[in-house]
Parts: sequence; structure tokens; C-alpha cells
Amino acid sequence: MAELILDSVSQSYAKRQIIADLSFSLPEGAIGCLLGPSGCGKTTALRCISGFEPIQSGEIRIGGEVVSRPGWMLAAEKRRIGMVFQDYALFPHLTVAGNVGFGLRNESKAARQARIDELLVLVGLTAHADQYPHQLSGGQQQRVALARALAPRPRLILMDEPFSNLDVELRERLSIEIRDILKREATTALIVTHDQHEAFALADWVGVMHQGRIQQWDTPYNLYHEPGNRFVADFVGQGALVPGEVINDHQVEIELGVLEGHIPVECDASGCDECVRNCHVDVLLRPDDIIHDDDSLLLAEVENKAFRGADFLYTLKLPSGQHALSLVPSHHNHAIGEKIGIKLAVDHVVAFRRE
Amino acid sequence: MLFALAVAALVLVPVAVTFSSFARVEGDILAHLTEFVLPELVGNTLWLVLGVAVGVGVLGVSLAWLTAMCEFPGRRLFDWALLLPLALPAYVTAFVAIGLLDFTGPLQSWLRESWGLTGLPEIRSRGGVILVMSLALYPYVYLIAKNAFATQGAIALEAAQSLGLSRTQGFFRVALPMARPWIAAGMMLALMETLADFGTMAIFNYDTFTTAIYKAWYSLFSLPAAAQLASILILFVLVAVVFEQRSRTRMRYGAVGRGAASRRIKLSPALAGLALLYAGAVLAAAFLIPITQLALWTRDVVAADLDARYWAFAWHSVLLAGMGALMVVAVALLLAYAGRQRPGSAMMWTQRLATLGYAFPGAVLAVGLFIPVAALDNWLIDAGHAWFGFDGNEILKGTLLVMLLAYLVRFLAVGFGPIDSGLHRISRNIDEAAKNLGTGAAGLLTRVHLPMLRASLLTAATLTFVDIMKEMPITLMTRPFGWDTLAVRVFEMTSEGEWERAALPSLAIVIAGIIPIILMTWRGAHSHG
Repeated sequence: MAELILDSVSQSYAKRQIIADLSFSLPEGAIGCLLGPSGCGKTTALRCISGFEPIQSGEIRIGGEVVSRPGWMLAAEKRRIGMVFQDYALFPHLTVAGNVGFGLRNESKAARQARIDELLVLVGLTAHADQYPHQLSGGQQQRVALARALAPRPRLILMDEPFSNLDVELRERLSIEIRDILKREATTALIVTHDQHEAFALADWVGVMHQGRIQQWDTPYNLYHEPGNRFVADFVGQGALVPGEVINDHQVEIELGVLEGHIPVECDASGCDECVRNCHVDVLLRPDDIIHDDDSLLLAEVENKAFRGADFLYTLKLPSGQHALSLVPSHHNHAIGEKIGIKLAVDHVVAFRRE
Repeated sequence: MLFALAVAALVLVPVAVTFSSFARVEGDILAHLTEFVLPELVGNTLWLVLGVAVGVGVLGVSLAWLTAMCEFPGRRLFDWALLLPLALPAYVTAFVAIGLLDFTGPLQSWLRESWGLTGLPEIRSRGGVILVMSLALYPYVYLIAKNAFATQGAIALEAAQSLGLSRTQGFFRVALPMARPWIAAGMMLALMETLADFGTMAIFNYDTFTTAIYKAWYSLFSLPAAAQLASILILFVLVAVVFEQRSRTRMRYGAVGRGAASRRIKLSPALAGLALLYAGAVLAAAFLIPITQLALWTRDVVAADLDARYWAFAWHSVLLAGMGALMVVAVALLLAYAGRQRPGSAMMWTQRLATLGYAFPGAVLAVGLFIPVAALDNWLIDAGHAWFGFDGNEILKGTLLVMLLAYLVRFLAVGFGPIDSGLHRISRNIDEAAKNLGTGAAGLLTRVHLPMLRASLLTAATLTFVDIMKEMPITLMTRPFGWDTLAVRVFEMTSEGEWERAALPSLAIVIAGIIPIILMTWRGAHSHG
């Protein structure tokens, strides 16, 4: 296990820039995640780290050691990085135990067997040690792949879309299990996914990627509540942007009322009052920022609704015609077209300057 | 890449050598050739190609349609049994047919004596050759057309029916045109085999280029004449190759759904009876009768012929086939591996070129490789004489070198196919997983790829082994003294008309030939599960 640092790494293929100026650092023992839509460069970033793609600028360091810089890279087999592939890439001619022990060639037979046993216990597959990959379910195969990658005690584990081949119910359970396994092995791990639920369930640190760049590298909580730009606000979680006017450095007015808090908008370097006052912004309203209150005088029309079991997600039409989302406990069943009372409950004010 | 280029060059050598033979023209021989030999050869070859194309096309497509799309008693049996003629080299079918149907053969004798019937068409004729070749080679079309019908036939036919076509119309207007590239590819393979065939033509005394090359080699002792004939034959072959490659690129696996089994056409009892009769007759003529006759003849001669000499023939066959198969598998593996290390269009073309040798008739390869090796030999002898006082007249010529090189060129494609597709099935992530676990290039090959490729390697080795066992012209023309094989023995006995005595070595070749067919059908049946 070791710290992973990417320092303004760029990579291009056939004159097309895949990743640009990518920087982040993942502390030792932490689980990081690159989150982004397909084609954002996250898988390429992973392949640069694992040593299968060269980089054109910047450098990659693992535990302080430079492993990639322009024109040079340490061979993949010498990096001591474990990788879990999207299709698992298990060796079909070897048993579960054979797969897990594959990377343990230089150890004594006893040590090797002990490590295999230890990992099979960890991933809960002791009973399947002598089976072949094709006899296992998808979730089991994935745990074998993880155990195989963990076996040689790598400095870093990389996982590429680890749950994309599994069905939805299994994903949630497995992501908790895998976080547990990684934490027990105290491994530094970097995961690539396009699914924010996986990212939030697994990772300590998440980097949202878009067009080859990291938009924000932060904790899941901060990404959700304090997105740094419009892309992150839109990509992470649900919500709506409604127009607002900045009153001063701790107040912003939208049509539902005045929100108080730190207004994270720098209108002008001088910070003069006039400027702040006239600043037009878009304010992010998460579904949990608008609560339903039958006594409220503020009314909005239910335009659409989605029943989600414990709650409804209502799409509301505000008096001005703007749309907003609201999460409402499911016993408040209102018909489409009905006007319901709402109230603001905003903890973090997120506002972006109107372009 | 260098290695791949070297293998490709090896394929080009015989072509270059045979064409360069025109540089040194021996006037009288060439005149003799063009005036007396060539017109007949070209005519014979064209008629043969035309007849066999029609024969394998009709037999192969009709049988494929029946087993893939229709339901009749015995269909499951015929489905694989109709492939069995692949195990019989055409020359074996040929001499059995002559032995049975000749004027002095049992059938005509019986008809004459019991019924006073005479005037059955002569089997030793153009029609006879075409019939025998069609019966021996239709499985190429059958196999490939059957797959085409099975993957796309049912849906296409239903779509056609929903648009108001009858089944017959649907077959001719939709299913057949859709399968055309597959059928064409199968027919071209059969035609390449026809052009390459030597044994059958020799038995029937039907003069084509292969037998003419052999005669120029042994009777006229004229290497240039043999080479010139070979180069004309190559022109014929290249036409077939171009057609085959073109139809191959048109074969797109647009598999539209599955479950043809449940949608087979239920034939009415009368039609089902006809289908059974037809498929049964083809199977009998192409496999059951020949094999029975072989067994009967073998029984008659086994006591006298199963001696030490026979075992020597068998041993030579096994030894040569084994060496050839090992060499082919090793080279094919390296070639396929080179493609994996450095993919790209240059590599793809090199690989294609390197595996083009399957199209070259053995007689051409024998000539095309003997000439340069002999030249190299002379050079070596001169050098050896000058430097070391070496005193002899052959170094390489008397060895197996020419023969093994010719086998390699001719059968590389046979071994390359299964190994390459096996290698393609191994995901690249597997390689990267092994590397991440600290495995270098050598470990990747020995610990991951070879174990995963075991089945493919075995298939490649078996197919090559059997093909070399059956091979006749290369072995006949380039074997060193004392290296007679089963196939050579068959040639010698049939050229004397001793059909019974040719049966024993043939039977051994056929039994070996059945192995890959069983392997193929077994794998076909198990690949779905």
C-alpha cells in the first residue's frame, strides 16, 4: 500500500487529447474513485497508472517512486499494482485457488497456500477453492478477481467498472463488501465507474471527470453538497437550477425567498457592494432542499411524480414557470396538477454566476 | 514481424521459382508442350473444374438445406455422417469406384452374367472423374452452407413467408442468395482441392496439370518443363483464391436469432422418405460402399501383405506426419503470436500471404522448392569441395528438408486457423492481468496462453497430421530414397491396378482421417453448453 500521486498528467492518442492536466493525490490506505460519463478519459487514466499506456506530460508517483514520466515508464509487471478488470479476466484453465495464487510465484509453497487460504476466507469463497471460474456466479467471479489482485500485497489496487457486469441489487451489496475487504487489507485503491451510487458507497475520495479533466476531487459529501461547478452539480445527484440575485455576501434571493449562508460566488476581485448586489446567479436546489408543508403559503403545481417506495419525487412547477424537485414522504400522495404547499430548507447555498 | 515476413517469403519462393523458369526456355520441350500437351490439359482442367463445381454445389447445398432446415427420420445422424467422406482421400474413392464399376468389376460382371446387360457408361471417363471428385469434395460446401443456413435460414424463410412467398420461392429468392458467399467459399475450397489433386487423376489416367508436372519430372526429367506447367497451374489457382477471398470478406456473421431446431420444416411422409433415400444414397456412394469395399479387399490380402514392409510404410507416414504437424504448429503459433504482439494491416496481409500455401497444389510446391534447394545444395557442395575437400554430390537434396518445407507451406493454414482463432478468444485483459501479477512475456506464454490454447493446438496438430498422412504428390516427388509411406504405397499399387492391395494402406489412412471429424463434431456438439 502506498500513496498515489498524479501530477498534471496528459495523454493523447492519435492527436486526440484523452486526458489533460490530470492531478490528484490519493492518501495511503484510502479508496479513491474516478467518476464520469463514458468517454471522459477515466479508463485511460487507469491504464496510465497501471503501466499499459505511456503519458506525454506530467508524472505518476506511487509511494514516492516515479513510475511514469514522458518517454519512460516502469513495466506493468514491475509496478506491483493489482488490477481488477471489468470482465474479471480470470484464467479459465485454473481453479479459484490457482487464480488467487497465480501472482505468488516467488513465495514458498506453505506461505503461498497460507496467503491463498487467508484471501479465500476474506472474500468468503473457501468452499469454492477447487472450482473453475465458469462454475461461479458473477459476484463470486468478481471476488475471485479481487482476491487474485490482492494476493501479492500490491502497493495499489485498480478496479475498472467493477460492477458493470452484475445486476443492480447485487451491486449495492457487493460494493459494501468490497469496501470492507479493501479496508481490512488496508489497501490503497482507485476505482473507475460511471455510477455515482457505487462511487459514494465505495470511496473516501471521488474525482468527477469530464472531457479528460478532473472537475472536482473531493469527499462524496462535499461533491453532493458543495459542487464546484455546473458540470459537477448536474452530474452528481439530482436537482434544479433556479435564477437568483445576490443581495450581499451571505444572502441570495430566489423566487421562493431569501437564502442565507456563505455565497460562494466571486463577482469581482474588488468585492465592491454594488457588484455583489447586482450579481445574477443560478442557485442549485436539491430535492431535499424543498420540503412539503401543507400550511405553507408558498404553492407549487405538481407537474410529474415518481413513486420510489419510501418517498415521492415530485417535479414541481413554481409560479414563475421554473421547475424544481422535491422529495416528499410517500404518505403525501398528491395528484398531478394539484397545487401543494412547499417550504425551503437549504443548508448549503450553491450558486453559480449566470453566464 | 521479421519472422512473419520470412514465412510469407517462403510461400512466395515456389511461385517466383516456377515463373522464373520461363527465363530459360528449352525450345523443343516448350514447343512440344504448347503443341501437344497444353491444349488437352487446359481443356481437361476446365471441364473438370466446371463439372466439380456443379457437382459439389448441388450435392452440398441440397444436403445442407435438408439437414439444417428440414425434419426427416435420421436427420440427426446424417447431420454429421454426411461429413464422413472427408476422411476418404479422393484417390481412395477413385480406385474403389474403378474397382467396383470397371468392365471387369463385380457390378458389370454380375449384370452381364445374370441379365445380359452391357453398355453401362464407362467409369474411366471425364464424367467418372467428375462424379468421384464431387462425391469426395461435397462436404466442403455442405459444412459451410449448413452453418450459413442454420444461423440465418429459419428467420429469413419466415420473413419471406410472412411476405407471401411459398417455401420453395423463399428458398430460391431469400435463403439461397443470402448464403451465396458461404456456398461460394466452400466451392472454391473444393475447386482448389480439385486443381491440386494428383492421386485421382493418376488413377483415372485423366491428364491435368498435376499429373503432367509429375510426368515432366519423372519421364522427361525436365525441371523447367515441370516448373512451367506448375506456373500455369498457379494461374488457375490464383483465380480460385481471389474468388474465395472475395466471398470470405462478404461473409458477415449476421446471425439473426437462434432456435432453428424448433422451426424446422416438417416434411410430409412422402417427401421425408425421398429425403432419407437421397441423403442415404449419397452417404452410401461417398462413404459406406467405399469403406465396406476397402474392408473386404483388406480381408483378402491382409494375411499376405501385413508384413514388416507394411509397418515400415505406416511408421514413415506417422513419423513424417508427426514431424510435419509439430513444425506447422510451432510456426503457426509463432505467426499467430506475432499478430497479437503487433496488430495492424501490414501484419494481417503478411499473415494472409503466409497462409496462402493451402491453395498451391503439392506438385507445384515440390517443384518450386526442389529447384532452389538443389541450387543451394550445388553451391554448398562447391563451397565444401573448395574449402574442406568435401566429396559428395548431395547435402540437402537427399534429406527431408524439401519435403518438410513443402508440407509447411501447404498446410500452414490448416494449423494457423484454429490457433489464431483460439488466440483471438483470449481477452487482452487476461494478458494485462498476468502482467499486473508480475508475469513477464515468457511466463505469459507458458503459464497462461499455452494452457488456454491446449485444445486449439491439439486441433491444429490433428488436422495437419491427417492432411499430411493423406498427402500424395509432395511425398511422392520429394521423398528421399527409402521413405515410402502409406500414400506412396497406395499410388504404387493403384498404378499397377492392384486395387485389393491398395486397400490395406488406404484403410489406415481413412481411419486416421476419421479422428478429426469426430473431434470436430464432438466440439460442435459441446460448444453450445
